[in-house]
Amino acid sequence: MASKYLTGVGSESKQLATWYFTFAAILFGAQLLFGLVAAIQFVMPGFLYGILDFSIARIIHINALVVWMVFAMFGSVYWLLPDETGIETVGIKIGKLLFWIFAAAIVVVVLVFLFIQVGKADATTIWFITEGREYIEAPRWADWGIVVVALGFVGNLFLTGMKGRQTGIVTVLMADMIAFAGLYLAGMFFTDNISVDQYWWWWVIHLWVEATWEVFVGAIAAYGLIKMIGAHRQVVEMWLWIEVAMLFGSGILGLGHHYFWIGTPEYWWEIGALFSALEPLPLVAMFVHVLYDWGKTQGAEQAKGNTHSVITNKPAFTWFVLNAFGNFLGAGVWGFFHTLPQINLYTHGTQFTAAHGHLAFFGAYATILIGMFYIAVQGTNGIKVMKSTKLSIWATSMITGGMLIMTVALTIAGYVQVIVSRAQMGATWAAYFDGQSGMWFIQAMDWRLIGGVVMVIGFVLLATDLLTTGKNPVHKR
Amino acid sequence: MANKSVWSDNRFWKRTATWVTGFASILLIWLTFDTSTQIAMGNDQDLQNKVTKRVPGPTVINYKITYEMSPKRGHEVPIIGGNDGKGNSLFQEKEKFFGRDDYSEKEARALLHLGKLGSQAKNCMDCHTLLGNGAYYAPDLTKAWLDPAWGPNGAMQALTGKNTREEAMAEFLQHPGQYPTHARMMPNLGITAKEAKGLVAFLKHMSSIDTNGFPRNFGKIEGAVHGK
Repeated sequence: MASKYLTGVGSESKQLATWYFTFAAILFGAQLLFGLVAAIQFVMPGFLYGILDFSIARIIHINALVVWMVFAMFGSVYWLLPDETGIETVGIKIGKLLFWIFAAAIVVVVLVFLFIQVGKADATTIWFITEGREYIEAPRWADWGIVVVALGFVGNLFLTGMKGRQTGIVTVLMADMIAFAGLYLAGMFFTDNISVDQYWWWWVIHLWVEATWEVFVGAIAAYGLIKMIGAHRQVVEMWLWIEVAMLFGSGILGLGHHYFWIGTPEYWWEIGALFSALEPLPLVAMFVHVLYDWGKTQGAEQAKGNTHSVITNKPAFTWFVLNAFGNFLGAGVWGFFHTLPQINLYTHGTQFTAAHGHLAFFGAYATILIGMFYIAVQGTNGIKVMKSTKLSIWATSMITGGMLIMTVALTIAGYVQVIVSRAQMGATWAAYFDGQSGMWFIQAMDWRLIGGVVMVIGFVLLATDLLTTGKNPVHKR
Repeated sequence: MANKSVWSDNRFWKRTATWVTGFASILLIWLTFDTSTQIAMGNDQDLQNKVTKRVPGPTVINYKITYEMSPKRGHEVPIIGGNDGKGNSLFQEKEKFFGRDDYSEKEARALLHLGKLGSQAKNCMDCHTLLGNGAYYAPDLTKAWLDPAWGPNGAMQALTGKNTREEAMAEFLQHPGQYPTHARMMPNLGITAKEAKGLVAFLKHMSSIDTNGFPRNFGKIEGAVHGK
């Protein structure tokens, strides 16, 4: 008989996880909505001009992105902790309190972004309105709030991990989450020196998304493989340790690819090029790992004469497989495209980066976190084998398809910018606008908007499916 | 029992992961110390002693700044106060900034501070790129100070009715809505005259940062394409 921890019914940690997932999904919706506004503004520059300018739409677009992922990551940890450690999460009451503080703080920050938007050039603005640093614009008071919440979360994780069964997955998460939380501190100071500013700013951004977050994904994928296809723990955890070695081995010094042009010394060209060129390798490994384990467990079943699928959660596993592909393509291939300094000299700061950013955040993180949403739906509804529904298939196809359209469009737009604005015209104001008014660029922006609309429709279907599929009688209970 | 290979031993991989991570982290920290020294902001003494810094002191706003090819390094570098002919700064030729070329260290630092704060308070980075980082809805600002558009032959001085780069830029920043250059327009962000002066000082200072030749060929094609 399944324990209450496995079903998600009766576990407070899992209940808290569903709160995190719900808020994450709402922010995901907000991210797409404001992304849509920004995409429309590229096509129709007068749209909401002076009311909700591009800068504000984009701030909410990218901050909602970061925050929904952080929420979903916290939720994932709270979800898997009882399964992994075999005990209820320690300090869950504080965890629940921190959730409400975190959620309330985010709502206030977003409202201030929306309605106050900018401030005077003084410290008050930095503390209470915006820090104006891409991805971590949240004002300083919110930074401290985030630090407190993150400390509480890491505390719960450590206390639970040390009290219960400390599996390889839990060990990796403990080490990874403390680095993840600690790195945020690197983004919490003001300096007049923009080179120093960007040096440390990248410690937060890069060492999150190209190091600690990737390791987090490795751990979640490991958990998912054990949970959904019954992969062998020892094999999965061995892979996980290899992935940690490869991800941190390449990703930590891969940070150098952000230090080519910000005032930092030339030696970062070589260090950044070498280590970031290695960054796709662990992503290949993760891809192979997921598909190999799937084939292996399915093959073992078939050898026993069973023909049924080993997958106990079809929609979640679909998203996990998409993660394996998407991480490799978006972070790996699209990242490698422009990671060498001789190419990056021309691609740095163009839509090329946007193409990579879109597919990488989606492929590496959105996919697997949506997969975790489905695992939670399965758990809270006591479903043994969860099937895909028509709605879930449409949602998955439209979200992924929309993202692919956007990525291709932005890549083409990036080529125009690289050739016209950069290589030919040398990056001046006039060069910039000549690139932007090129026919290929304009059409690419139209296609990006179309891709965005497809994705938003897909999101509505996804939200509907997440809310309804739990009660659907097709699943095996 | 068959001998178990170390390659299939989880503890071996755990230790490998720990060592690799530790080694990479230590290397990064060591490089950070070196880089931090190299990108620390210089001061007025450096400029007077003709010491080239990757990030010059704020009083660089008293000098003429250009962006020229360095034969030795194979790309453009910021040249402060004149070129010695070999791609090195002479730190001699001054240039008036809002009518003065004698800003003290303290005054220049205050202007830069105001400008940097302003660049964050107005969310510049969420439309523009600075040192190539930010959003892609508006032009890169890394070398905006040197952009021919703001120069004596550029459109912006005539458009704003000002006679110098800094005044044209400051005027535009305060009332961008009055000077539409493209369908895509900069919004009015409530930038005051004082803040605008700080922002232009910040831009002028940023153009003096040694960015290893980014952006490449900045402004080189002006003559060929625009026939000026």
